[in-house]
Amino acid sequence: MNAIAASEIKTLRLSIYRYDPLKQEKPYMQDFDIDIPAEKDLMVLDVLMLAKEQDPSISFRRSCREGVCGSDGLNINGKNGLGCITPLSDAIKSNKLSIRPLPGLPVIKDLIVDMKQFVDQYKKVKPYLITDKKVDTREAIPQTIEEREKLDGLYECIMCGCCSTACPSFWWNPDKFLGPAALLQAYRFIADSRDTATEERLEQLEDAFSVFRCHGIMNCVSVCPKGLNPTKAIGEIKKMLVKRAL
Amino acid sequence: MAMNGKGTLLDASTLPVKEFDGIIVGGGGSGMMASLQLAKSGMNTAVVSKVFPTRSHTVSAQGGITCSIQSADPDDDWRWHMFDTVKGSDFIGDQDSIEYMCKEGPEAIFELENMGLPFSRTEEGKIYQRAFGGQSKDYGKGGQAERTCAAADRTGHALLHTLFQANVKAGTNFLSEWFAVDLVKNQNEQVVGVIAFEIESGEPYFLKSKATVLATGGAGRIYQTTSNALINTGDGTGMALRAGFPVQDMEMWQFHPTGIHGHGTLVTEGCRGEGGYLVNKDGERFMERYAPNYKDLASRDVVARSMFTEILEGRGCGPDADHVYLKLDHLGPEIVHKRLPGVTELSKRFAHVDPAEHPIPVVPTCHYAMGGIPTNVHGQVISQNPDGTDKIIDGLYAAGEAACVSVHGGNRLGGNSLLDLIVFGRSAGLHIEESFKSGIKMDNPSPDDVDYALRNLNRVNISQSGENFVEVKKDLQKTMQMNFGVFRTEELMENGIKEVSNLRDKSLNIYLADKSSQFNTARVEALELLNLIEVAEATAISANERKESRGAHSREDYPDRDDENWLKHSIYFSDTKQVSKRDVNFRPKQVQAFQPIVRTY
Repeated sequence: MNAIAASEIKTLRLSIYRYDPLKQEKPYMQDFDIDIPAEKDLMVLDVLMLAKEQDPSISFRRSCREGVCGSDGLNINGKNGLGCITPLSDAIKSNKLSIRPLPGLPVIKDLIVDMKQFVDQYKKVKPYLITDKKVDTREAIPQTIEEREKLDGLYECIMCGCCSTACPSFWWNPDKFLGPAALLQAYRFIADSRDTATEERLEQLEDAFSVFRCHGIMNCVSVCPKGLNPTKAIGEIKKMLVKRAL
Repeated sequence: MAMNGKGTLLDASTLPVKEFDGIIVGGGGSGMMASLQLAKSGMNTAVVSKVFPTRSHTVSAQGGITCSIQSADPDDDWRWHMFDTVKGSDFIGDQDSIEYMCKEGPEAIFELENMGLPFSRTEEGKIYQRAFGGQSKDYGKGGQAERTCAAADRTGHALLHTLFQANVKAGTNFLSEWFAVDLVKNQNEQVVGVIAFEIESGEPYFLKSKATVLATGGAGRIYQTTSNALINTGDGTGMALRAGFPVQDMEMWQFHPTGIHGHGTLVTEGCRGEGGYLVNKDGERFMERYAPNYKDLASRDVVARSMFTEILEGRGCGPDADHVYLKLDHLGPEIVHKRLPGVTELSKRFAHVDPAEHPIPVVPTCHYAMGGIPTNVHGQVISQNPDGTDKIIDGLYAAGEAACVSVHGGNRLGGNSLLDLIVFGRSAGLHIEESFKSGIKMDNPSPDDVDYALRNLNRVNISQSGENFVEVKKDLQKTMQMNFGVFRTEELMENGIKEVSNLRDKSLNIYLADKSSQFNTARVEALELLNLIEVAEATAISANERKESRGAHSREDYPDRDDENWLKHSIYFSDTKQVSKRDVNFRPKQVQAFQPIVRTY
């Protein structure tokens, strides 16, 4: 960035959550001044990588840098999102950018959270096709265009964790309430015309916590970086559970 | 025994050991296909992945997986797919491997579908297939084929998540966020596992195994501009080279035609498959001049060179005339938003245009390594004896982009990478399973063997001063971009080889300031640099050695294909820095070999 004239650079005040479990100190916010090209709308991840050049000890996850791998779910100026596809123009408030780890999960170091609880809930919903349809390894299980369309808005989840960690019900009961991400996944298989385990899946969900702790707060919907709607999927599951109970 | 701030030397006597039947390094498509096979067989297997598996770069594949499943066309034939692939490879793809892939492919696709992969569908309820580059019917005589199976334009995501889910079901043991550093070899040149550390704790281990699969993916990060994820640093390739094993055809790097200008992120070839096309600043559909028959669906090397020619001759778009446009708006929002939703999202995000309304500014971007660790169709890694004959390495396998079973030769066809990793991930798994049934005997490594594999980790851990590895990496990427791009000359490449050699020297003296153990991503990045250097140097030296133009390797000083001297694989060893040749396989089992012809589209 040396070649850019001073007038084309602006300085951004970046504040990053720092925590090192091996040091005997509490987490704190560390400030960095980052020079960025004025005319270019960088992504939050770009800015984090510039900060890491100043201080290589800052830890965060990243991989695809295009919003499909789900590595860099972060709390950006108070709202969960993916660093790599959140432009500064969307994120910055009064020239200040604060980045914290996703809330509600244990912090391992700096911006890295322990995703175990999140993944455990995902695994609980049996996130794979269960079918007793005749499977011939030389052909596909038939599915119409309309049946396949029912999976749109469900299968695209990237498991970034932005939704579940924005959900107050998940904060309260992360072990018993499955959370929006896992429930979206549960419905993805219930909605799949090829899956024949709907009854088994619903039975597993009918307790007071797994699904019913969702109170329709819809934080999941407002933060999902892929524009998915877990609340709607949860609503569909609730409807099926109620119908089943009658 | 953590790697603490004092920089303690690690050695074999105190290093904890975990023992497995099989280890798979890498949790992308090929790794998880292999692991699924092994988990089903009941073997004690572990997938060692530096990221949570669904963060692997397979997730980014958009357009699809090419395979003759006879859905779009009931008369489609895997032999036609084979012909296209051989021709696309510019005739240095191994025909036994290509035959195996094209023939076995359909079964692998249906297996994935049966696992739950949400493919898009046709009116008849079959898997949707779209047109992709270099695809023909009837051995190039029957016009454009539609052979690429797709889940909208998120096929890689759908595939990777389906495989992860199948592995969850099968109970695969994942060592997630573990970084593999180096292979451990015994005195008989057998591979007996890897040195790896758990990133979260920093704890190093010797992961001992009778079969080690390198499924570590690509290394596009040797270039400045690439479609590849930040994690694509050629780790397995670096490990193989440091252990004294060769790489094959490393000069062959694919530059994908449609990277988003200024960012490198791709938009799929499926855009052109759905009817999009490229235009220059005059609005001319210039591919009609370069490839009169296939036009925008000529193979990728041809399209990328044509785009650069337009730019170099002053017909580029934008204020700096440094890109061209991909036009989709004539297709209408219905097709664009339904068939290409991911492209719409990426284009809005990184190019600030809705492709249903405006063209996307694109420029070729480094995308895929056709070269890699040479293997046979069972994924077994091959080295070369001094007399030029093949030698199978016991205990070591490779699959996917890290490998070079050579189904892609000098140029890969779109949609063939996903098929490659599925077919050969599975075949590696099958071979390991069979070998286990018949019994594998391996000698234990000596403490010296283990210490040798610890040397790089030790060197980085105890460094007290030296080079800044971030700077070395940036210089490397710049050098590769400048000197080993789409058009190559001896002068540029010799200059590049010197620079890469200097950077290698620097890489042996890098300084890791942060010695902390817990989730130290700086340590990971420092070790990744060592792999990038290996891959870059292999690329540089092999590229200068291949004195012809073939596939993606295009030299201004040797503009023609030279079948007399170079209808061969290049083989490169890191310790000698020498390039030798290896015969291309022209012995498919069920069809006549396809002989080299002039390659036009």
